[in-house]
This record gives sequence, structure tokens and C-alpha cells, in this order.
Amino acid sequence: MLVRAALSLAAATLLCFLALPIISLFVRVSPATLWGRLGQPVVRQALWLSLGTSAAATLLVVLFGLPVAYLLATREFRAKRVVQTLVELPIVLPPTAAGVGLLLAFGRAGLAGGVLTAVGIELPFTTLAVVVAQVFVATPFFISSATAGLAAVERRYTDAAATLGATPAFGFFRVLLPMALPAILAGAAMSWARALGEFGATITFAGNLPGRTQTMPLAVYTALQNDLSAAVALSVLLVILSFTILLGLRFAPWGAAVGGASARLRGR
Amino acid sequence: MRRALWALFVLSLARAHGPDRTLTVFAAASLTEAFTELGDSLRAHDPGVVVQFNFAGSQLLALQLIEGAEADVFAAADARSMQAVADSGLVDDPIPFARNRLVVILPATNPGRIAALRDLARPGVKIVLAGDAVPAGRYARAVVANLGQSTGFPPAYEHRVLANVVSEEENVRAVVAKVRLGEADAGIVYASDVSAAAGGGVRTLVIPDAANVLATYPIAVLHRSTHQAAARAFVALVFSPAGQRVLARHELLPIAGRP
Repeated sequence: MLVRAALSLAAATLLCFLALPIISLFVRVSPATLWGRLGQPVVRQALWLSLGTSAAATLLVVLFGLPVAYLLATREFRAKRVVQTLVELPIVLPPTAAGVGLLLAFGRAGLAGGVLTAVGIELPFTTLAVVVAQVFVATPFFISSATAGLAAVERRYTDAAATLGATPAFGFFRVLLPMALPAILAGAAMSWARALGEFGATITFAGNLPGRTQTMPLAVYTALQNDLSAAVALSVLLVILSFTILLGLRFAPWGAAVGGASARLRGR
Repeated sequence: MRRALWALFVLSLARAHGPDRTLTVFAAASLTEAFTELGDSLRAHDPGVVVQFNFAGSQLLALQLIEGAEADVFAAADARSMQAVADSGLVDDPIPFARNRLVVILPATNPGRIAALRDLARPGVKIVLAGDAVPAGRYARAVVANLGQSTGFPPAYEHRVLANVVSEEENVRAVVAKVRLGEADAGIVYASDVSAAAGGGVRTLVIPDAANVLATYPIAVLHRSTHQAAARAFVALVFSPAGQRVLARHELLPIAGRP
């Protein structure tokens, strides 16, 4: 009985702690103001830019992250731990440091800058740089979830498919991938959420210009400089947007799978 | 090892709660080097005082103060940020203590091949300014407008220069960083941001006095400061001949007339 009370108390405390800042945002802004802000071009630009860049970043993360997750889940090799650590590094790296690193690597004067300039690409201050920054910070979330999902599929299923004459590609796409799909989708959703909220690496690497590189988090920060109520309104919009999309993912036809994947990850 | 860490932790707690004399100064980002040096000399006079700085865009510091941040002294890069703080009843009678000119800065390698102020209007030049809520950003836009009105500059100068802006940074030091890294072709910042003491590393183009803007920096002690004496001592140091010499060394101009 006592244990149960203590558990409930701990859970309630944490939930309040998480909910209070969100509630405080909503309390300080009226729906009319919110609607008015939505009509401002600079807000609409930031919204579309955020949606577009985070979607593109998630796509790239899945496209390039899946092979890495597959190798990490199914192969043993000597440098595996090093690779795993490298892949997880962006989680602990302060985003601003990531942004400086990106500038020093892919900036005009960066290590790879000469090569990029030679083929006509100048990344800093472009929308593409926003996507690059998001991919950098969001990749680890996808890879860790997808790797766990792929590794959780028992070898005997793919082995059975192989003995029945399935090619490795068939085994991957028709056996392994469907079974690991929940974890892969959960990882993609987490990556997308991280990309949507990205701030530090973006403002450092891509700069801050409405319509080109000013995503919602940057717009919130910029508004905060001279108009607190505008910053609050933008934050509320961002919360509504993220919450709707995350909730939508859970209720989508394969959404139960996303929830199931996190449940399975918890169980592991 | 673990015990040593614990000792450090306990010590840091003791410091945080003890009756220490930590003076907290909120100052415009462009004052970073000058004020750090002043803080050191205050400490040299009175070893019991620890001066802690929060350097950022004045508009952000003003917002933090209005929202309840603890500080003893506020030094802003413009009257507007100081006025916002005064309007909230946090300070009375701020006093101007220095002025600052603006300069155009270019990376040492000058990738935009900019030789004169007119070149800033050339299509494709990447210009970085502070945002228009930041004092330095507002002054920079005023300078561009003034240049556009000057003889020898094309009629659409202001429009063309502003069209070349690729980023609006949250404080003036972020502008310096992007230019110093060679990613932007040009930026407009304070003379004090690129003084020899601030690290240099960039080329500068002088803006003629007729088109330049003189930023005036006000300073004030906050009413809610719990270290009034130390705070006043810091402000007095800023106005003292020694303090003004430090400011001058960092390319800040004294308030009464030009040197």
C-alpha cells in the first residue's frame, strides 16, 4: 500500500514537472493571438520551413541510417564499439559545438569546404545547411532504435527463409524489415522530433534568416529578443504541431506498432 | 578520487550559499574584453569580490532582468534596452559611460573581394548582421541607410546591401565569429569587437564619420542588488580615469568628446 502511494507520488511529481512548463505556455496566450500570429508571413514561413526541413532530414536519416543499423545489428567486426560510440556522439555533444564542427568541416573555409566549393556547393546560410544540421543531431536516435529492433529479430527466421531458397535481399525486405518495422518507425519518429526541435547547430551552421534558415525554434528565439508574447505564441504553435504529429503517428494504421516498439524496447 | 570530488561538490555548495560577495554584471556582448579587464582590476583592489559577467545582446539581458534574473549592474549597448529595464522600475538614472563606432569587417582572406563600402551592394556578397532587435543590428542598418544617402553611393544601395544579408545573428559577437571563420564575406560590428585585445583576425573597413552611428552605452546599479556597495564600486571604476583608459584601449570612446 505504502509502496503504491510512493510510486504514484513519484509519477505524479514527474508528470507535473513535465506538464507545467507546457501549461504555462498555454496560459499566457489567447487563442485569438495564436490565430493572429499564424497569419503573419514570418511565422508561416518558419512553420513550413520547419516541416519541410525536418521531413527531409528524417528521410535522409532513414535512408543512410538503415544500412548502418543493419550492419551494427547483424555483423560482428573489430571496430564495432568505436562505430557505435561515434554514432551516439551527437546525443551528448552540445548542439552549438556540433554547429561549430559542421562549419569547420563543411563551411566554405572548412576541411571539406574546398571540395564542396569545387562542385558548386556552398552550404552555410542555406536551407540545405539546416537539413544537414538536423541530420547530424537526429541520426543517433534512429540508429539506436533501428539497431535494437533489427537485433531483436531472431536469426532463425532469416535462416529459415534462406533454407527455403530466399535471396538475402528477399530475406531482408520480406522477413527482417517487416519484423523490425515498429522499432524502425519509432526511431524515425524520434529522429523527426529531434530535427524539429533543433536549434543550436542550426543557428551556428546555417545562420538565421526568415524564409531561408529560420525554423520555428529559431523564430521563437528571435521573437524572444524583443517580444515575449510573440515567443510564447510561437512556442505554443510548435507544441501543438509536435503533439499532433506524434499523436497522429501513434494512431496511424501502423501507429500501434510505434507504441508497441517502444513497449518492446522498454521490455528489453 | 571520489572523496575529492565530493569535497569539491560540498565546497561549491558552500560557496553558492555562503555570504559571499559575488558581483553579477549583465553587460552588452561588445563589452566582453573591456569589462573582463575591469572585473580583474576590481578584484585586484578588493580580493574579496568575485565579479561574474553575463555577456549577451543587450535586448536579451533586458528581457532576462525584467523576467527576474538576479544581477547587480546592467551595462547596455543602447538606451532602448536600458529604458525597458527602467520602465519596469528596476533601475533609476542610468548614466552613459562610453560610446562605440561601427566598422565593416571582412575575413582576413577577403573571399568576397571587397575593397570599398560600395562593394557591399554587389550581388552575391554574403553579409551577416545582428538581428534588428539587437542594438548592433539596429545601428548597422542605420549605417547602411546613411551610406545610401551619401554622395558616391548608388540610389538602391541600402536595398541591395540588405538583400545580401544571409543571416541575422542574436548578438554582435556571433557576427564576428561568422566573419572570422571566413563563412561570411562581410559584417558590421562595433570597433571594440575587433580591437587588438578582442583578437583581431579580420580586416576592417572604416565607415566615414558622417555616415557612422555612435552607440552610447548606459550603466546602472539595480535596485534589487544585494551588493549595493560593491556594485557602486564597479560603476565608479568604470568612470575613473583608470577605467576610462581600459575602455579606450578596447576602442571604446569616452563619453565627453572624442579623443
